[in-house]
Amino acid sequence: MRADLELIENWIKPGSRLLDLGCGDGTLLHHLRETKNTRGYGLEINPDHINTCITKGLSVIEQDLDVKGLANFKTNSFDYVIMTQALQAVMHPDRMLDEMLRLSKQCIITFPNFGHWTCRWYLGRYGEMPISRSLPYTWYNTPNIHLCTFKDFENLCSQKNLQILNRTVVDREHRNRWFIHMWPNMMGEIAIYHLSR
Amino acid sequence: MPETLPPDSVGLVQPQIAKFDFVLPLQSGRALPRFELVYETYGELNAARSNAVLICHALSGHHHAAGYHSMDERKPGWWDSCIGPGKPIDTRRFFVVCLNNLGGCHGSTGPRSINPETGHRYGPDFPVITVKDWVQSQARLADYLGIHKWAAIVGGSLGGMQALQWAIDLPERVHHAAIIASTPKLTAQNIAFNEVARKAITSDPDFHGGRYHEHNTIPKRGLMLARMIGHITYLSDLSMGEKFGREMRDKVFKYGFDVEFEVERYLNYQGERFSETFDANTYLLMTRVLDYFDPARDYDNSLVEAVSQAQCSFFIAAFTSDWRFSPERSEILVNALVEADRRVSYAEIDAPDGHDAFLIPTPRYMDVFATNMNRIADEVNA
Repeated sequence: MRADLELIENWIKPGSRLLDLGCGDGTLLHHLRETKNTRGYGLEINPDHINTCITKGLSVIEQDLDVKGLANFKTNSFDYVIMTQALQAVMHPDRMLDEMLRLSKQCIITFPNFGHWTCRWYLGRYGEMPISRSLPYTWYNTPNIHLCTFKDFENLCSQKNLQILNRTVVDREHRNRWFIHMWPNMMGEIAIYHLSR
Repeated sequence: MPETLPPDSVGLVQPQIAKFDFVLPLQSGRALPRFELVYETYGELNAARSNAVLICHALSGHHHAAGYHSMDERKPGWWDSCIGPGKPIDTRRFFVVCLNNLGGCHGSTGPRSINPETGHRYGPDFPVITVKDWVQSQARLADYLGIHKWAAIVGGSLGGMQALQWAIDLPERVHHAAIIASTPKLTAQNIAFNEVARKAITSDPDFHGGRYHEHNTIPKRGLMLARMIGHITYLSDLSMGEKFGREMRDKVFKYGFDVEFEVERYLNYQGERFSETFDANTYLLMTRVLDYFDPARDYDNSLVEAVSQAQCSFFIAAFTSDWRFSPERSEILVNALVEADRRVSYAEIDAPDGHDAFLIPTPRYMDVFATNMNRIADEVNA
């Protein structure tokens, strides 16, 4: 099992109603349905992912967050809104965060850390935008238009008076290593945040 | 006309008639003393009777949804693209039922039928039917066929409205509803187009207040105009442009008002063909069924409350170039279902063909539709 799934699972109350933004092939929604008896919806735009979700018997809605936002969902209508590895790809991450916390009191967000030492080293050594296995795109054709560091993200949260209930920093394989905790913004590759307003 | 039947065709099919010798009360307060429904079936009903799929037709549709009536038939049934072995509604797994709705003109009781109370054709005296009435009549057909619960009810456009009404009115009898290129109610613009179509028919001097049969005539010109205006709303600017552009029969202007542009020729041809086979009173009736459809009305105008009655899962699909029932209209339904905490998947399919796209087998549409129906087949052990 993917370590991030297990981590997120621990934060979710059984029987919750979820909204997963950019749900991909529905791995997380499916896992939570099996382990926590959750229900809810995934938003996705990739046709293959949508088909995979349908095959798994998940409710999946084709909706482009950058075009339609989340205005069609009611305030406080979910127990959790989840966004894994997609915040850096939306047009307005700050407004997205506001919208997510309008729909539910609690949010779970994961994103790649641009402050990871390999990124810093790459930029310092080559003077070019880092390209790596977890961030494999060139600057001009990347979907990741709003990369940030953990520190950047936490600054935004404190500006917005958002409460970070929990943060787990892991490596690319979602493993939780001891050295990551020594210096998360340098050593962590992916952070999983549990936020509340 | 096929020389041999394609391998993914349901093959040669034969319509059947179900006769119901009892009164069907209608939403209007009126009733039909007895009625008949003509229908076709494809595939086999399984022992558990769990694999039946009901296909609901749109405005000008009928019971002949797939296959051929004879080797001489020019074209297969109207939804042959989606029904057959290996197609999205896979007849190797599903038992498919498609009927001609009440009020139709293809064999079910309608304005052309004899009114048992008078011995004459109903004509304009045929009661105005609603989607709710159709659901009730279709439920009688389900009883007749021994189907307690449909694995799925599937329909495009007006057909999708029937699937939705089923889910609300008879929730325990629907496992899944697939609603394609449809809407939870018509807009003023939709009703306006219907009114122009009706006016075209009723103002035809051959209409005779709907009693044209008594005058041995039909309001051909009116029906033709109605179809022409309807047809424009089924296509998109893009698909019309691609099909006809500004092509002309002859390359030079004739400085007159006869048919010169290809699009004119096409519309005239479509209108003409339609007016020869379709019944004008049925056309009036079908457009009214559309106008009246609004399931929220029974629930204090709350669509959320209406769809909260449903127990089934939903599949909703819309097409980007459909301006008759645009994706936004499907999304109103999706949002209501989400708010009502119902299971729903939604696909917005990029297709250039306007409202007619629901009949056209574009790859993305076929993929997602087939994926959905296969999932349903698994769920009901088809």
